[in-house]
Amino acid sequence: MKSNLDELESALPIQATRSAPEPVRTAASLPIAVIAPSRGWSPAHVAEVWVYRELLYFFVWRELKVRYKQTALGVAWALIQPILTMIVFSVIFGRLAQLPSNGLPYPIFAYCALLPWQLFAFALNESSNSVVVHQRLLTKVYFPRLLLPIAGVCVGLADFAISFVVLIGLMWFYGISPTMGIWTIPLWTALAVMTALSIGLWLSALNVRYRDVRYAVPFLAQLWLYATPVAYAASLVPERWRPLYALNPMVGVVEGFRWALLGGAAAPGLTTLVSAGAVCVLLIGGLVYFRRTERTFADVI
Amino acid sequence: MNTAIHAEGLGKLYTLGHQQGYGALRDSLTAALRSSRSWLGGRNGANGRTRSAPTIWALKDVSFDIEHGEIVGIIGRNGSGKSTLLKILARITEPTTGRALVAGQVGSLLEVGTGFHPELTGRENIYINGAILGMRRREIAAKFDEIVAFAEVSRFIDTPVKHYSSGMQMRLAFAVAAHLDPAILLVDEVLAVGDQAFQQKCISKMSDVAREGRTVLFVSHDLTSIQVLCSRAIRLAHGQVRGNGPVAEQVNAYLAESRMIAPTDLDHPVELTDDLRLVRFGVTPNPVPSGSAATLFLELEATRRMRFDEMAPFIHDSLGRRVGVIDLRQPSGLHEAAPGRNLKLEAHFASVPLVEGEYRIGASIRSGASHQILWELITLDVTAKPDSELVPYRAEIRGLVAFDYAIRSLNGEAR
Repeated sequence: MKSNLDELESALPIQATRSAPEPVRTAASLPIAVIAPSRGWSPAHVAEVWVYRELLYFFVWRELKVRYKQTALGVAWALIQPILTMIVFSVIFGRLAQLPSNGLPYPIFAYCALLPWQLFAFALNESSNSVVVHQRLLTKVYFPRLLLPIAGVCVGLADFAISFVVLIGLMWFYGISPTMGIWTIPLWTALAVMTALSIGLWLSALNVRYRDVRYAVPFLAQLWLYATPVAYAASLVPERWRPLYALNPMVGVVEGFRWALLGGAAAPGLTTLVSAGAVCVLLIGGLVYFRRTERTFADVI
Repeated sequence: MNTAIHAEGLGKLYTLGHQQGYGALRDSLTAALRSSRSWLGGRNGANGRTRSAPTIWALKDVSFDIEHGEIVGIIGRNGSGKSTLLKILARITEPTTGRALVAGQVGSLLEVGTGFHPELTGRENIYINGAILGMRRREIAAKFDEIVAFAEVSRFIDTPVKHYSSGMQMRLAFAVAAHLDPAILLVDEVLAVGDQAFQQKCISKMSDVAREGRTVLFVSHDLTSIQVLCSRAIRLAHGQVRGNGPVAEQVNAYLAESRMIAPTDLDHPVELTDDLRLVRFGVTPNPVPSGSAATLFLELEATRRMRFDEMAPFIHDSLGRRVGVIDLRQPSGLHEAAPGRNLKLEAHFASVPLVEGEYRIGASIRSGASHQILWELITLDVTAKPDSELVPYRAEIRGLVAFDYAIRSLNGEAR
């Protein structure tokens, strides 16, 4: 039996009618990007971060939103940590060990240093893990990878702002009025952020290949705390070792904070210069290393 | 010049060791130690990186030009380099050789919903996802209502996304992506999501995009939508361009090619994740006569205990149209696999209700957050019913389903 339904076939082709494209843009006006293997040690695309600044804002915003949505105590966490640490330090180092605190009440002496320290420690941890945490995103969408460690550092600034309020309360309580030096606070804060970012760049890139980094960071931060005059005064360190000591940028930061808030003899000039120099070297190295490795992030992660 | 994408000699070399995963610092350190202590002699570099790791060219010497306003499909089997090509053009990964010139902003839809956070509301996720895809905040705000309407989620827009059904999440994600406004859009397999109506909506949206003069590069297993959408196709095999021309011509060439090489059984185990392998997958008998019994079997090997929330082989016809899903979930509980205890499952069909032809069988396997979709695992060859006394209509016009029915005439014996 032969079918006469064969004509059905004419109805089968699935090809839809397509109207001819009517280009609305002139091709000449479009920017042309070149995709090619990059070679050598080129610096990171710092300028691109500016182009993508809105995405940076969203990364930070999302991080903050999620953190406070999921925690029961919410914003209070930003206060609990430095305050409890201050109390512990005051009891152990201030009362029991009787460490000198430059003639100031020990609690405020410690809190002034804990403030930038916790900013640093938090920012370091966030930025070091930032790339690995976003691995799904990294393998699906392009954006400057540099945004991730930068966003990690920025998140720390929110907590910092909150715990700063407590400091003002403490200063009022102890009757300490700020000197003109308080206007230099943004400078020291920037130095702390840059320190965290410079180390964070190195560690976040290393973390892609070696997940050991995740475990090493808390330990590193702990050791670093002892190398920084948070619980003790920098004056405990012998004079001739000071320049070497200041190679740890957090020494400059903490000294700067204490000077800016609590006053003191003179601004920590030499220490600051050495610390700032160390940060510059670390930061430039970090940017170059990050750029060098980021091209393989999506392949290795 | 009106070229949107110009690629010349693009190549991507993967080191297999790296693709497998990241190393521990320990490995690198011991490798360094080993090589420095070469006096240990024979023990040097048993598994160290000093030995040259195996490499593979995922893409090799790929060149083509795409004009502004063209929709070009990229076809090829799994592992032919389609996704690698899109990843290079999207700048997610760098090519090893060659270069590409791209005119205008590139938007990529390599996987919808990346960057969605379950704790955030639909509204918040629209903004974040839009920003990740490269939209400006003002742009997103302007298109916000349109996006919500397209996704059909307006009632739940201030509910955290974790309470959405997976279909709603997909719709929302695609809606954001569909309202992207780049000069060049790269699309990878997104139409696999959603129901028929939504897919239709996506396809017409993509035609609109092209009508506006934008360029689309489209990767899909669904040859039907490739044919509907694209005017031209680039055919890849083993990382190289095998064909480049009118879509019908390339699809036919692809079908002819895959008929020759498609396996009817897995010739080697498929690595799904680091800890899960598909060891056996197939249908017996294969080829199977239309309307007769068959069994689909699969075996999964796991290196840790795993439970499967989803275990669904599916069948496509040779054009990539979905024919059916074989849902292997059971009301009694989740299937499990554990070290030494492989998960072996069989599905018995009293009859295979398919019109003769070639079908592809893939599988969707989900364990917790890890979801694997394997498009073309094997080919199922359905042959004509042996005992038909009548000459049947030609298979191409009979659709896909061979109904099983009895004929009863109400006006007596047929003469």
